[in-house]
Amino acid sequence: MSVTDINWFKYSSPQALYPLAGKLTPWFSALAVILMGAGLYIGLLLAPTDFQQGDSYRIIFVHVPAAWMSMFLYVVMALWAAIGLGLKARPSYMMAQAIAPTGAMFTFLALLTGSLWGKPTWGTWWVWDARLTSELILFFLYLGVMLLRTSIDDARRADRASAVFALVGVVNVPIIYFSVQWWNTLHQGASVSATAAPKMAAMMLLAMLIMSLGFWMYSIAVILARLRCVIREREERSSVAGQVERPVAVGGV
Amino acid sequence: MTPRKKRFSLIGLGLAGLGIAVALVLNAFQSNLVFFFTPTQVVNGEVPRDRSFRIGGMVEAGTLARDSDGLTVHFVVSDTVKRVPVVYKGILPDLFKEGKGAVAQGRLGQDGTFIASEVLAKHDENYMPPEAAEAIAKAKAAGQQSSKTLVVTP
Repeated sequence: MSVTDINWFKYSSPQALYPLAGKLTPWFSALAVILMGAGLYIGLLLAPTDFQQGDSYRIIFVHVPAAWMSMFLYVVMALWAAIGLGLKARPSYMMAQAIAPTGAMFTFLALLTGSLWGKPTWGTWWVWDARLTSELILFFLYLGVMLLRTSIDDARRADRASAVFALVGVVNVPIIYFSVQWWNTLHQGASVSATAAPKMAAMMLLAMLIMSLGFWMYSIAVILARLRCVIREREERSSVAGQVERPVAVGGV
Repeated sequence: MTPRKKRFSLIGLGLAGLGIAVALVLNAFQSNLVFFFTPTQVVNGEVPRDRSFRIGGMVEAGTLARDSDGLTVHFVVSDTVKRVPVVYKGILPDLFKEGKGAVAQGRLGQDGTFIASEVLAKHDENYMPPEAAEAIAKAKAAGQQSSKTLVVTP
């Protein structure tokens, strides 16, 4: 069966999305556990110590993947927001809504682990350099998207407002990424990039990439599980409010 | 043009406009967004005279000296073009080393010495086991450095 034989638009309705998300979640959860376990094992036990920092560098196996995910998830969220605005499609808004808390969690994790690493390495928990400040702004953008949604009662208006907010905030992502190139920062440049050879030992790199994959799988699992909550929540709200919206048949709970 | 295409092109236009606006603002604030000044800027007098600022660069090898009180340290910060002597009284971070990056906050004294109130180590982007670092150090000619972010390219 080729890809074109599947009717992809089937999944653009919440009714079809709900059971699909339920079926996929356990698989991605299992992959996340396996990959993160392997990544931590390689990173904490097999990878060599660093020539300058000793063992404290090992926090990068959480810090760097978390920081990558925080930026990547924001772009994905903004993409769904744009599709939602363009197609007026409710499931796109639901995806954007489901992504925001996970993105905020990874941003917080990146800031926290960075701070824990900064104290022994730089000699300070926090500095207001361009990289750290723009990542903090990313955290506030996530919170802003989530707060804006909860502060508006009408679901359709809440969707549109938070989608516009998410889209406006997307300019911050390239600023975070390129901040270490554009300005003098305390934060070091990228050790791994698409254009240059990695500036770290192969075993360290392997652990970091496996951890990143694990974070991806975790994100997909959690976002799909949250998507189900979002679908049910909205359905309940609309049926309580007695709106004309057709109740969604939810099966296999 | 269908309404759908119209909405998407509006979103695209809006984002493009926003991007240009942000680029212009960042460009205008370019000089305010730097975390530290380079020794070249300090020597050329491009730094504030009457308030504190940060200076960043490599700690020049062989310049780190400690006073007899055990706390005051002297070292030279360099960007391979210009050098600025720094004096600091306090505890240095663990990773502060000669030949590595550092960022110091403080004021410029009358004699051109930078009087630091805080010194941070600037870590570079290279991660490797000690054996690899030794091999690289042996292979490289003396004086050459690894962190690209601190070097001034002429």
